[in-house]
Amino acid sequence: MVKVDVKDLSIWFGAIAALKNVSLQVKANEILSIIGPSNSGKTTFLRMLNRLNDLNPNFRIEGEVVFDGSDIRKQDIEVLRKNIGMVFALPLPLPLSILDNVAYGVRMHGMKNKKQIAQKVEDSLKQSYLWEEVKDRLDESAFKLSGGQQQRLCIARTLAVEPQVILFDEPCSGLDPISTAKVEDAMVELKEKYTLILVTNNVKQAARVGDRTAFFLNGELVELDNTDKIFTAPKDKRTDGYIRGKFG
Amino acid sequence: MRKIKEFFIEKLILICGLASIFFVVLIFLFLLKEGLSVFITVSPFKFLFGKSWYPISEPAQLGILPLIMGSLLVTLGAAVISVPIGVGCAIYIAEVAPLKLKEILKASIELLVAIPSVVLGFIGMVTLVPLIKNVFHLPTGLTALSGSIMLAFMAMPTIVSIAEDALYSVPKNYKEGALALGATRWQMIWRVMLPAASSGIVAAIMLGIGRVIGETMAVMMITGNSAVLPKSILVPVRTLTATIAAEMGEAVVGSEHYFALFSIGIVLFIISFAINVTADLFLHKRQ
Repeated sequence: MVKVDVKDLSIWFGAIAALKNVSLQVKANEILSIIGPSNSGKTTFLRMLNRLNDLNPNFRIEGEVVFDGSDIRKQDIEVLRKNIGMVFALPLPLPLSILDNVAYGVRMHGMKNKKQIAQKVEDSLKQSYLWEEVKDRLDESAFKLSGGQQQRLCIARTLAVEPQVILFDEPCSGLDPISTAKVEDAMVELKEKYTLILVTNNVKQAARVGDRTAFFLNGELVELDNTDKIFTAPKDKRTDGYIRGKFG
Repeated sequence: MRKIKEFFIEKLILICGLASIFFVVLIFLFLLKEGLSVFITVSPFKFLFGKSWYPISEPAQLGILPLIMGSLLVTLGAAVISVPIGVGCAIYIAEVAPLKLKEILKASIELLVAIPSVVLGFIGMVTLVPLIKNVFHLPTGLTALSGSIMLAFMAMPTIVSIAEDALYSVPKNYKEGALALGATRWQMIWRVMLPAASSGIVAAIMLGIGRVIGETMAVMMITGNSAVLPKSILVPVRTLTATIAAEMGEAVVGSEHYFALFSIGIVLFIISFAINVTADLFLHKRQ
């Protein structure tokens, strides 16, 4: 089943073309990894999906992105962002307690009952593999957590508003290997219920967790295939070169 | 040769740096010396909390409570008016306004700073004062309220520009994080931007208030200059600053009255100092 259908998408920031005629389909309950050197447009692509690019006043777009049966630009932007959650490169807790960080989005979308909120917080923290580590200190400031814990807190926060798709923008770039492994475990677990799109600079991470992998270069989609195929027998020699570390 | 040049420049800059401290200390010492003399004849308690200010009657009554209350009333009124408008304006400029409008707004607010306070007082006198008189059916429009409104205009630029800075320096990530969860723009501002910028905004408010409490010319022109304990905001009042400005010229040098005016200066100095230190604390907390 196709979850997100991107057709002939081109994006400009001012005169600079960030994406050129990208078409791809994201399947439900898969992890799609996107790899490529910097300035290849992979983050622009990700931020397109929840329309964060709209914050840039010089942003211009052509093409179509279909989610839930209609173009995302015709949908209510707050509902779209609730449905398509995002986890950022730097863990970004709000200056609130652990509990309030996770409850933040939930309350914002109108849940008032304290018991329900507490339950939601617990469920989300369990799904992001953080519950055991924080269950006794939910009232402490989120800044007291380690980097890896903060990132899993941000995942929990995103999960709490019940998205369908979760975008990960280099979620492990600032984390040590052990924390990275924990975040990756959480991601693999999450694809049972959600569709995940992962932008990463770490080629090995794409190989570890991605069901399919897309390779972007200079704003173009060079190749998209099953992960094992991309990493063993890529069709395009540019893909091969990038994976082997010859450029980028 | 280069070494010698370097040496002289270094020392010159050192002197410049020390000079500013030196002058501040001198001013403060002079203020103390002149001001504390009043307490030879009047007890500090009677001075601060005495209800009547008749400096030239025999014997002189030197209670500055009416002046303190006048200053506080005008300042409080100005704060009530300028804080919501100023913070609202800062939010609009920082978060909502399109780029062009933002530039225009910022420039015009800076222009507001450039208006000399005597001009502001003059404009207030011919426009605001009659208006207040007619609206509230008062015998005179020279009231604390008129002063508050006029001073609010003077506090606003400070509040807007510093609060806007504080909002602008909230990490862009916070904003995107909130939006990515599906927050509306207002939810993002209310729950993320304002709390994150709160210490800067408080500092902005304090500095705005600091400006108001030290202002002299405009208040002297439009608050009516009557040194009695104000019972409402619609009566004439006299502030600490206006008292010094109005009476210093006629006080006999070395008299009790003269020393009392210097004491008022000390009180003002302490109030301003406290406000500035509080603002500073909040500003540093932010970093």
